Amino acid sequence: MNALYVIAIFLPLIGALSAGLFGRSLGDRGSQLVTCSALILAAVLSVIAFIDVGLGHNPRSVELMRWIESGNFEAGWALRFDTLSVVMMCVVTIVSACVHVYSVGYMSHDHSKPRFMAYLSLFTFAMLMLVTADNLVQMFFGWEGVGVCSYLLIGFWYDRPSANAAAMKAFIVNRVGDFGFALGIFGIFLLFDTVSFDTIFGAAAQFTDARIHFLGLDLDAIETLCFLLFIGAMGKSAQLGLHTWLPDAMEGPTPVSALIHAATMVTAGVFMVCRLSPIFEYAPNVLAFVTIVGAATAFFAATVGLTQFDIKRVIAYSTCSQLGYMFFAAGLSAYPAAMFHLTTHAFFKALLFLGAGAVIHAMSDEQDMRKMGGIRGHIKQTYILMWIGSLALAGVGIPGVIGFAGFYSKDMILEVAYGAHTIPGFIAFTLGIAAALMTAFYSWRLIFMTFHGAPRADEKVMAHVHESPPIMLWPLYVLALGAVISGVALYGPFVGHHFQEFWGDSIVILANVQGETIIDKAHHVPFWVKALPVVVTALGIYLAWRFYIKQTDLPAKTVAAFEGLHAFFFNKWYFDEAYDFLFVRPAKWLGRQLWQRGDIGVIDRFGPDGISSMAKRVADRASKLQSGYVYHYAFAMLIGVVALVAWRIIQEGA
Amino acid sequence: MQAAPMLPEILLAIAGMVLLMVGVFVGDKSAKPLTYVVAAALFAALALGWTTPHGDAFGGLFVADKLAYFAKALIVIGAAATVLMAAGRATPSDGSGPMRFEQPVLMLFASVGMMLMVSANDLMSLYVGLELQSLALYVLAAIRRDSLRATEAGLKYFVLGALSSGMLLYGAGMIYGFTGATNFDRIAASVTAMGTPSLGLVVGIVFLMAGLAFKVSAAPFHMWTPDVYEGADTPITAFFAAAPKAAALALFARVMTDPLGDAASAWGQIVAMIAGLSVIVGAFGALAQRNIKRLMAYSSIGHVGFALIGLAAASENGVRSLLIYSAIYLFMNLAAFAFILAMRRDEHAVETIDDLAGASQTHPYMALALAAVLFSMAGIPPLAGFFAKLYVLSAAVDSGLYVLAVVGVLASVISCFYYLRLIKLMYFDAPRDAMDSPMPRDLGLVLGVATAIILVFILIPSPIVATATAAAQELFQR
Repeated sequence: MNALYVIAIFLPLIGALSAGLFGRSLGDRGSQLVTCSALILAAVLSVIAFIDVGLGHNPRSVELMRWIESGNFEAGWALRFDTLSVVMMCVVTIVSACVHVYSVGYMSHDHSKPRFMAYLSLFTFAMLMLVTADNLVQMFFGWEGVGVCSYLLIGFWYDRPSANAAAMKAFIVNRVGDFGFALGIFGIFLLFDTVSFDTIFGAAAQFTDARIHFLGLDLDAIETLCFLLFIGAMGKSAQLGLHTWLPDAMEGPTPVSALIHAATMVTAGVFMVCRLSPIFEYAPNVLAFVTIVGAATAFFAATVGLTQFDIKRVIAYSTCSQLGYMFFAAGLSAYPAAMFHLTTHAFFKALLFLGAGAVIHAMSDEQDMRKMGGIRGHIKQTYILMWIGSLALAGVGIPGVIGFAGFYSKDMILEVAYGAHTIPGFIAFTLGIAAALMTAFYSWRLIFMTFHGAPRADEKVMAHVHESPPIMLWPLYVLALGAVISGVALYGPFVGHHFQEFWGDSIVILANVQGETIIDKAHHVPFWVKALPVVVTALGIYLAWRFYIKQTDLPAKTVAAFEGLHAFFFNKWYFDEAYDFLFVRPAKWLGRQLWQRGDIGVIDRFGPDGISSMAKRVADRASKLQSGYVYHYAFAMLIGVVALVAWRIIQEGA
Repeated sequence: MQAAPMLPEILLAIAGMVLLMVGVFVGDKSAKPLTYVVAAALFAALALGWTTPHGDAFGGLFVADKLAYFAKALIVIGAAATVLMAAGRATPSDGSGPMRFEQPVLMLFASVGMMLMVSANDLMSLYVGLELQSLALYVLAAIRRDSLRATEAGLKYFVLGALSSGMLLYGAGMIYGFTGATNFDRIAASVTAMGTPSLGLVVGIVFLMAGLAFKVSAAPFHMWTPDVYEGADTPITAFFAAAPKAAALALFARVMTDPLGDAASAWGQIVAMIAGLSVIVGAFGALAQRNIKRLMAYSSIGHVGFALIGLAAASENGVRSLLIYSAIYLFMNLAAFAFILAMRRDEHAVETIDDLAGASQTHPYMALALAAVLFSMAGIPPLAGFFAKLYVLSAAVDSGLYVLAVVGVLASVISCFYYLRLIKLMYFDAPRDAMDSPMPRDLGLVLGVATAIILVFILIPSPIVATATAAAQELFQR
């Protein structure tokens, strides 16, 4: 069995290496075949692992080899298969397999298909390394691996300056988060003398009173470390403050947005907090901070999503917002709820992105929703699939009966927020409900603007609108199936009454004095709490219908009425402008000074340039000494010997 | 009197005289066969040296030890390779005829002189060996006696060589005067008894060193080198650059550390000064050169300076590094000169660095080999030249010669420029009129083998390193 799991992890790497190194000889078709079949096989094996480890309660860890041993620092290569990692494995490999297959169709006009497939597979491998890591350093390896692949894929069309800029932005903003993560790892090693999860988790309870002294500050050790680690999670998962890279990352090909910037990589931060739940549980202040940041992100991103016109950016802000939900769930100690939403979200958000890709594909690479409309008759299947995705995202369902995936997971999170009975919980609940309203609104705004109304594209484009080929539609159906049933199917094991049995030791939640966990509390909220999300969702859908179908002059009137607010939302709360002013320009100024004054002015002038011109002068002078006359040479010899003797004698005398 | 340790030299001396007779009677047409006989005789002598017992001979005038054998191995390899490379390589551009039969024979006599001097255990035998070598070299430098450049080079070398011999003799005289002995062991005993070296001894040592520095072409006694290297016939230059350098360096090391070992306080700083000056002159002097033979002359000054940094360390480790350096330098030099000898266009030798332009396209393998050799000379890891410098510098640092080590490194950086310029010419400049190809087989063989040694040194360093270690160890135990 172990071997099968290990194979599941390494299959994507094999695919990546084959397509990346031998893509030329394999050809486009061969590369696609190798990577897709490797991923599908990996997905099948992951499901087997899920059944065995998750449902069969059979966690294990497989040691591959030793890696770093230096003093008492040890980091090995071991794969940790517990419920948390197999859930992630399933999410990653299934979505990735769908995206791989979809890409075969989507990238059919591209010139470097093997490279694309290799990057995708490499990303999947790095992501799997991240989720199966057995220690923090190994996790960091995967963490940076997905970062690199994300960079490569955002900048996949490297001849577009905007793609390169976006790739760099993603990389640099993530560096801020990674800096925190790395400091957190250093701190963990400082405190625990190890980076291995098992040892850290076992010892966490003993260090609750530990302090860290740094630059005269006296800090609570666990709180500080968790805060640093969470900074890393914020960067990777695009939380408020470090979110600016995610919308720009939409410069990458759409399958990349679906896989990396919706379903998997951006959830790595959530996963990390859940994985480290045994430590985070002892850092209540940081958890409160996580909650506030998550709730603020959910609200902030939703407001921006209301106003955007680029179809992918709307979904990107929606992703950002949904990640906020996951974080405030984790911040309230409801890690299972966070993981539940992570899983369902992966399906419906990948579905939405790939569906948007199909729309873009159909509209001849048009992404602006103002130039779409009226195409629902032309691409019926995509239209239906987008509806399913939106229904799942908005969480439509009938309380107590049945609903789409998001209905179960998002409502669970909101119930948790209410059930926590804390101030951060209350803030999260309020902002979460507001965000749910906006989610429904912008989702149907997207659908109505894209598919309904009169066509706004020119005739040439409209004539060309066509349904995607089956190879692009089939993955969508798979994801749509997930978007419909993953909620109802996984509710029981993930957050049901016996959730602790399912998660085992992989997630730790400290119970209160009555022995209740936050999940238990969430099950006992009043009915209106369960009904409210559905009501606001319905309201959001109605408003969208009102604005974009019924009274199409309403949006313009609203914008005119709330001009300042709209501009604030439309410009993404001016984050980019503020960062540009606060960080980018001073950094550039400093760089320019160091370059022109420091490097050219001082180092080059006195260093390379100065020395080389001096060397030339000396060489010219030296060759003048070489006159060719014997008596000059003899004279030099005699002078030399006399000088040496004189020097010696003076030294002897002294 | 026990002559057995000296058998190799005796064999070579007899062979030299017999071959001289053969040459006289048969004439210049015997020149080519003679080269093979000379090469065979050299290797036979080396093999004989392997089997003969080590020890003193002729009442302590002569000693056969590991240092001597190490140096002799280098001498034989260098001499035999250059004798063979020189065979039949007259330069008609100088308007001269075929090779003269004296050439291989004189090379043989020079080799005998070198072997004698590295085995010298007495100031007198040292001088005899040194002069036997020098006289043969004076003639060789001017063997193209109808070439103006060659005769000028020979004359310069002779005049200056005589001056340096005078200095060396004067120094030897002073040393004899102040220690009362010419035998190395007795000088050593006397110096040890003296404690602080007397002023007269110091003056004698400085003069002796001046003579030796001339032979290894260390600054400020280096000025003959560029002119002689350029003026002499290229095969002769190749001979000059290979064996005599290794022999003189070994001799330098022996004289300084064996009889005068306890006077290290007197000569250590002088060697350091000479070494430092040499690396600087070597680095800067070569920058302005367009003639590749002149460039190699400055390069050799710099390399000798580097080897002398090891001697300046005045330690067992230092002598070891000097021996390793001279061995590696010998192979780099052989490879470089094999390439230079192959630089011909329309049967005429060409020798400016611009003739190398685009060689990577016209002669890819030759260019690749030369590039490896030049990288090695510049001291780029993982090639042998890097390790040669590393051993020397670490010995210097161990002995506290930090300033000298820094000077060495800086000079090495500067010298990188002209080595890399040659590579740049070969690889990045448009080819000019192609040089003749293919490369003569014997030159190709030397180039290939020497380059291979430079390349595999990192994998199999022990043949050179272990023997040099043993030689240095034995020298310091005496």
